[in-house]
Amino acid sequence: MQDLGIRVLFMGNNFMRLLGGLWVTIQLSLISILLSVIFGILLGIVMTLKNPVTKCITRIYLEFIRIMPQLVLLFLVYFGATKAFGINLSGETSAVIVFTLWGTAEMGDLVRGALISIPKHQYESGAALGMENAQIYRYIIIPQTLRRLIPLSINLATRMIKTTSLIVMIGVVEVLKVGQQIIEANRYTVPDSALWIYVTIFFLYFLVCWPFSVLAGKLEKKWKN
Amino acid sequence: MKETEKLLEIRHLHKDYGEGTILEDVSLDIHKGEVVVLIGPSGCGKSTFLRCINGLEPIQSGEIFLDGENIIANKTKWSEVRQKIGMVFQSYDLFPHMTVLDNILLGPTKVQRRDKKEATAEAEKLLERVGLLDRKDAYPRQLSGGQKQRVAIVRALIMKPEIMLFDEVTAALDPEMVREVLDVMLELAKSGSTMMIVTHEMQFARAVADKIVFLDGGEIVETGAPEDFFNSPKTERASRFLHTFTFDQVK
Repeated sequence: MQDLGIRVLFMGNNFMRLLGGLWVTIQLSLISILLSVIFGILLGIVMTLKNPVTKCITRIYLEFIRIMPQLVLLFLVYFGATKAFGINLSGETSAVIVFTLWGTAEMGDLVRGALISIPKHQYESGAALGMENAQIYRYIIIPQTLRRLIPLSINLATRMIKTTSLIVMIGVVEVLKVGQQIIEANRYTVPDSALWIYVTIFFLYFLVCWPFSVLAGKLEKKWKN
Repeated sequence: MKETEKLLEIRHLHKDYGEGTILEDVSLDIHKGEVVVLIGPSGCGKSTFLRCINGLEPIQSGEIFLDGENIIANKTKWSEVRQKIGMVFQSYDLFPHMTVLDNILLGPTKVQRRDKKEATAEAEKLLERVGLLDRKDAYPRQLSGGQKQRVAIVRALIMKPEIMLFDEVTAALDPEMVREVLDVMLELAKSGSTMMIVTHEMQFARAVADKIVFLDGGEIVETGAPEDFFNSPKTERASRFLHTFTFDQVK
């Protein structure tokens, strides 16, 4: 009988182990996303300041993080920090640090873009109606900024979730690593398990990211001005 | 007119941007119910003048009195003054995330804290007056330029301002939409609103104005009744300016 690799999924607690790995992926992603959103909003506001010093520093930070491949950043923090400062960071901590640094940079740029895309006249026509500054922000500026921002940041979140697969390289046992372990453990008994495991992982990522994608698309359409 | 009817008094207003003077010693009285049209070449400071009156531009010296009260004083609460001075901009500047009705209701409900039902009823009445009641639930992006500008006028009107400022409100419109906006303004003028209008539409200026104010180089060069101003301008600068709007016959 043709040996179906799919049975490897149901051997022992393999499937549960995969889900456990996925949970690690999701946890690390969500922590990083949450931190990125908080710091990113602050960074974005700082980036709109007309101060040349903050402009220069934030620019360098943004370019540095964007130009570096995330994998290099991971190595830099995970191995580099140990070498240079003798700090022993766990893979998980390194991952959260790197993804927060990256997400903050990207989110900051999105926030900056959304803020400066609101024309000056929107502030003025609010003011001309006799609104106080706080009211102008609450009713006019922030709603418009959020409408531009939310779809973009959801897309960023899905990108971050997907990119966490790189942390395999610094030894974090997340969904991809668990998959590799299962494949290795069954190399002789189920030689074609690799296909099935990776397809399963594909669907797991898909299931996590797809709802975000759909939501972002829907909101974008709904709020299109 | 009598002194007591003065609504707005502008005394020796001076405005500069550091590198150059925009407005130089501008003084002007506007009486209740009067329609004053400001004309002049581009860059002469007309729009800046309007923006100074409701505090969107800071001024360097001079005084502005609204109902006899100096609004240039340090303690001026602009949010209160601006409720008495409605302003309509060239680029309409409706709030794109709100429907027409919500755009109009924002001021009365959030700034003046009026009852929403009462404000809605008034908004609908005003929309009907400008012929846009059927578009009240539309979003600004679904409207034409002329329709947007009429909504912007309603948005300013519902605050029941004592004076309305119009800053080149037809300059960004396609020619066939200019008329519908000007008609609304003519109707307002007829119903006794006090207005200050900056425009390049000379025919309209002539029809709507009680007083023409000609600005050039940041100062008031000439003021006069529209008929006098357009038929026989007193100053050479004004006649040169008016001449740019007429063409000599080729044949």
